[in-house]
Amino acid sequence: MRIKDHPILEFKRGEKITFSYNGKKISAYPGETIASALHAAGIRKLTHSQKHQRPRGFFCAIGNCSSCLMVVDGEPNVKTCVVEVQEDMVVEEQQGKGDLSAKV
Amino acid sequence: MQKCELAIVGGGPAGLAAALKAREVGLEEIYLLERDNFLGGQLVKQTHQFFGSHKQFAGIRGIDIAEKFKDKLEDRPEIKALKGAVAQGYYEDDVLGYSYRDKFFKLKPEKTILATGASEKMLSFPNNDLPGIYGAGAVQTLMNQYGIVPGEKILMIGAGNIGLIVAYQLLQAGIEVKAVIEATGRIGGYAVHASKIRRAGIPILTYHTIKEARGNEEVEAVVIQQLDEDWQTVPGTEQEMAVDTICLAVGLTPKVDLAIQANCQMAYVAELGGDVPVRDKNLQTSNPRVYIAGDSAGIEEATAAILEGELAAAGAAADILPEGSAIDRERAEIKEKLADLRRGPVGEHIRRGLTRARRNQNAGRDRYTRSWKS
Ligand SMILES: Cc1cc2nc3c(=O)[nH]c(=O)nc-3n(C[C@H](O)[C@H](O)[C@H](O)COP(=O)(O)OP(=O)(O)OC[C@H]3O[C@@H](n4cnc5c(N)ncnc54)[C@H](O)[C@@H]3O)c2cc1C
Ligand code: FES
Repeated sequence: MRIKDHPILEFKRGEKITFSYNGKKISAYPGETIASALHAAGIRKLTHSQKHQRPRGFFCAIGNCSSCLMVVDGEPNVKTCVVEVQEDMVVEEQQGKGDLSAKV
Repeated sequence: MQKCELAIVGGGPAGLAAALKAREVGLEEIYLLERDNFLGGQLVKQTHQFFGSHKQFAGIRGIDIAEKFKDKLEDRPEIKALKGAVAQGYYEDDVLGYSYRDKFFKLKPEKTILATGASEKMLSFPNNDLPGIYGAGAVQTLMNQYGIVPGEKILMIGAGNIGLIVAYQLLQAGIEVKAVIEATGRIGGYAVHASKIRRAGIPILTYHTIKEARGNEEVEAVVIQQLDEDWQTVPGTEQEMAVDTICLAVGLTPKVDLAIQANCQMAYVAELGGDVPVRDKNLQTSNPRVYIAGDSAGIEEATAAILEGELAAAGAAADILPEGSAIDRERAEIKEKLADLRRGPVGEHIRRGLTRARRNQNAGRDRYTRSWKS
């Protein structure tokens, strides 16, 4: 959910953009990170742990902890809490450690 | 490979103050690397009036302090401030590697100031890895920077300043804060912040801890429990609360990975938040090319980070520039301001921590230093 009225802050959101998450269309605003845009759409589970497949969301939101890694436009292990969402970006849940050679 | 006089890693208050001071005292080739696409570090999300004890900033909001620094930096285009530049490694030959716009670069600075800030601490309890369990800084980032709420019903853990401030900011964003719990018997944060929370009708429960989080795919509930004066859980006092978010404000720990790579001698100093580089009074580490400043030198607050940034910059400049008493005088003044800030009972644990972190007097174990360099 996005904050509309805030006593101190004003959020100047630009034109809506859309990106895809696991094939679904999600709308976002420029300047939002991928993880925050997903969160605003009610998606808090971003990935899962490798060994026990436990659900994982973000934790630090500043790029310190690697709890938010996803595949973005084919590139694995992207810290979605710090990377800004772009129009038509393709975001997918990552399976396993990710294959770096897959990206051209 | 690019050479320069000074590289600063981190564009928070410590790094920004360091860059400006370094230029002011006469250094010419200065790089500032900031991994985010914006400068200001933690300040950019601090909407509250600053709890700083220093005359300079008390009463100003963190976001406004960040703006001031950015304006000053804009007047100094000769400082190469790179946003979106992640320092990836500090190598044995004192080369700093960083990635910038999808490319990898190497920089060989005569001196480096590490001002990389801190990471939030975790607590261990069952299901502490569920989505919906966030650090207080993360909640602040989501809310104040991106305008997105973390959830609808939230439990705050930790009644220090950060826990209280973020709880209040959650209220401002219209979120239901169920309670603030605190394991010790006293509220660590300032009374002003605590009374704002209480006035809103939110209980601050001292001697309470989290027993477990519950939920399948994400947090659905939390169980809290009372502690006795010896910090043992009191059976039968478990209480379940329906929350979708748990916010941890249980402290920060210095971010020291680059210092470890630079083979700085480390020491465990609880008062400063964990493993920190051993340093002298000028903030020079055991690697003479490396200085540290701000939260990465020890968890404190923004005014201290700013002054430490300036002190480290003056130190680096004094090493590089031909001898001159101007810098020495400058350094003495900054040290005086720092001592002023850390005076009194509030600064006591910091003073104790610093004594231990300086040249390892009674400092804790060094778990890191390797032997590739003496
Ligand atoms: C919720 C909260 C509330 C607070 N409220 C107050 C307050 O009211 N008053 C007060 O005085 N203090 C407050 N503080 C503390 C204050 O924010 C910090 O002490 C201060 O920001 C520390 O400054 P710094 O420059 O050392 O670190 P930071 O502000 O954390 O900056 C570090 C910077 O380094 C960058 N970085 C890290 N690693 C790399 C890398 N490898 N490459 C490139 N860049 C990197 C980071 O992106 C970041 O921008 C608060 C802190 C929190 C979390
Ligand atoms: S949430 Fe910690 S790195 Fe993204």
